[in-house]
Amino acid sequence: MRRLFLIAVPYLWLLALFLVPFLIVLKISLSDIALAIPPYTPTLDFREGLSGIRDFFGQLDFENFTFLTTDDLYWKAYLSSLQIALLSTVLALLVGYPIAYGMAQAADEWRPTLMMLVILPFWTSFLIRVYSWMGILSQEGFLNQFLLWTGIISTPLTILNTNTAVYIGIVYTYLPFMILPIYSALEKMDSSLLEAAEDLGCSRISAFWLVTVPLSKNGIIAGCFLVFIPAIGEFVIPSLLGGSQTLMIGKVLYEEFFSNRDWPVASAVAVVLLLILIIPIILFQRNEQKQREAEE
Amino acid sequence: MAQTVFAPWNDPDAKPLIQFQNVTKKFGSFVAIDDLSLDIYEKEFFALLGPSGCGKTTMMRMLAGFESITSGTIRLAGEDIDPVPPNKRAVNMMFQSYALFPHLNIWENIAFGLRRDKMPKDQLQARVEEMLKLTRLEKFARRKPHQISGGQRQRVALARSLAKAPKLLLLDEPLGALDKKLRQDTQFELMDIQESTNTTFVIVTHDQEEAMTVASRVAVMDEGRLIQVSTPDQIYEYPNSVYVADFIGDVNIIEGHASKAGDGYDIVYAEGQPKLHAKTQTDLGGSTKCYLAVRPEKVAISADRPENVGNAVQGKILDIAYLGNLSTYHVELPTGQVIKAQAANTRRLARRSFTWEDDVWVSWTDTAGVVLGQ
Repeated sequence: MRRLFLIAVPYLWLLALFLVPFLIVLKISLSDIALAIPPYTPTLDFREGLSGIRDFFGQLDFENFTFLTTDDLYWKAYLSSLQIALLSTVLALLVGYPIAYGMAQAADEWRPTLMMLVILPFWTSFLIRVYSWMGILSQEGFLNQFLLWTGIISTPLTILNTNTAVYIGIVYTYLPFMILPIYSALEKMDSSLLEAAEDLGCSRISAFWLVTVPLSKNGIIAGCFLVFIPAIGEFVIPSLLGGSQTLMIGKVLYEEFFSNRDWPVASAVAVVLLLILIIPIILFQRNEQKQREAEE
Repeated sequence: MAQTVFAPWNDPDAKPLIQFQNVTKKFGSFVAIDDLSLDIYEKEFFALLGPSGCGKTTMMRMLAGFESITSGTIRLAGEDIDPVPPNKRAVNMMFQSYALFPHLNIWENIAFGLRRDKMPKDQLQARVEEMLKLTRLEKFARRKPHQISGGQRQRVALARSLAKAPKLLLLDEPLGALDKKLRQDTQFELMDIQESTNTTFVIVTHDQEEAMTVASRVAVMDEGRLIQVSTPDQIYEYPNSVYVADFIGDVNIIEGHASKAGDGYDIVYAEGQPKLHAKTQTDLGGSTKCYLAVRPEKVAISADRPENVGNAVQGKILDIAYLGNLSTYHVELPTGQVIKAQAANTRRLARRSFTWEDDVWVSWTDTAGVVLGQ
């Protein structure tokens, strides 16, 4: 009984907070737009009994999904989201790995402090942090002022409202998700392995590539997924830092929902996004599981 | 035909493979190695023995190149190795933790060093197979390190460090992680491998039995200095100090005052008691204070006073340690001193002649003890 209860808690949690909302979104995506509250039809009406339910299901169709294929805006947005997420992940890895490596090499008494510094930004509102990037990257922002003052540039750079700003924003926001799993993999590593590699004829650099990198592989994979998955659906960063030419599926979804008030199409976009994300999520889970098995 | 004894350290013409010349190593203000000089010869199985913190691991890490030398020089085959980085030294090390690469299988682990030398593929393959055969690991070649037992891991570590055929192999507590039975078997295996590969082995250990079993010579260390460097039997039979006598095996140390008498010394160890006598070549110089070290197995125990024995004292049995094949009797003398005497249990335990509180005589010959000045 107690066991059953313990198992039931996470499943009920998933059911209430993931499966039920998902089914609602799925249902809306199969509905038609209507000038009503809520703005779609059909709605389920139990007063008409069984025939009402049959009628309800009869009215559901895949029209919105076919619509997504007819307008190239959508697949372009998906593709562009994937591309931005992919590039951001690579950039976050290039920035995050050295930081994680430095943390793992640091003296024991420094590590908690360094870890704190990585986590600290989470304690500030995400929106405030994105807004402050607007202050840094704008034409009259701190970055341009600084570069003009040093004389490196003579005219201010246009960074804000371009894809560059989006990359900066995503890499900045998700960097801790890259750093922490890599750090935890590197920290566990036995330093005598590097000495053994050197002893067997490796230079320091080749020991890094032949030992350190393969042994932090699981951390790298975990970090990449933790950045890639949320970055695909990112909405706030592209809409605040990105420009009119920045095309991301999160932004499209927002506009369908709030500007067009087309809930069914917006829901269809969301369902497809979820289907796209399922592949990397499954791969991520498999990586985690493999890691756990290896540690046992 | 008598075999020629392997003892290059007695040959003044022999060229040592490794020479420590006045080597000092400091960590901050802590002196880990204190002005140490030592020669190790080719094909030796040399053991560095000492308690933890005595500097034995530091010496090994200096040979491998992981620690720099504060002053002095280390020569390998006549060449100063200080400027040579670890990856360029013809020295390989077997780590205490084995340090096997967990992401590579056994075969790849052994091949790791050979690949760094860009060895041609067919030679590499042959060499790895040879190493697998030497360490009886053929069946496990495709397994990962976490899929084999501790003893097998130890052999992989050995095979990996031997694969490059180093001039010198360093072994850092190689058997520390194994249980006692496996350790004893592995000791003989190590000796066989050392002999068949003709490699010079330097082993670091805190286990005196292990050092005595495997090594051709043992260096007993304490606080960064060499206390005695000699063959195992010399170290055991003729320790040069109380520290060595006490560190290696079990010993009775009797403190007393010595006076020259005949071919040795008479030793007064307590007032009113007859003098002890020990034959020795040792010259204590001016000092009269001395220590007599007698191994328990050289002390006989009997009910009556034995005749024609150099030294005999009476006492009472305080304790008996039964070890199966042997029994160690702790005999308390009237002076309060306890002498350990060891006897083989050639008869059944039920027929043992002595028991607790028995009055007995313990005795040893003139030559059984070692007179030590310090």
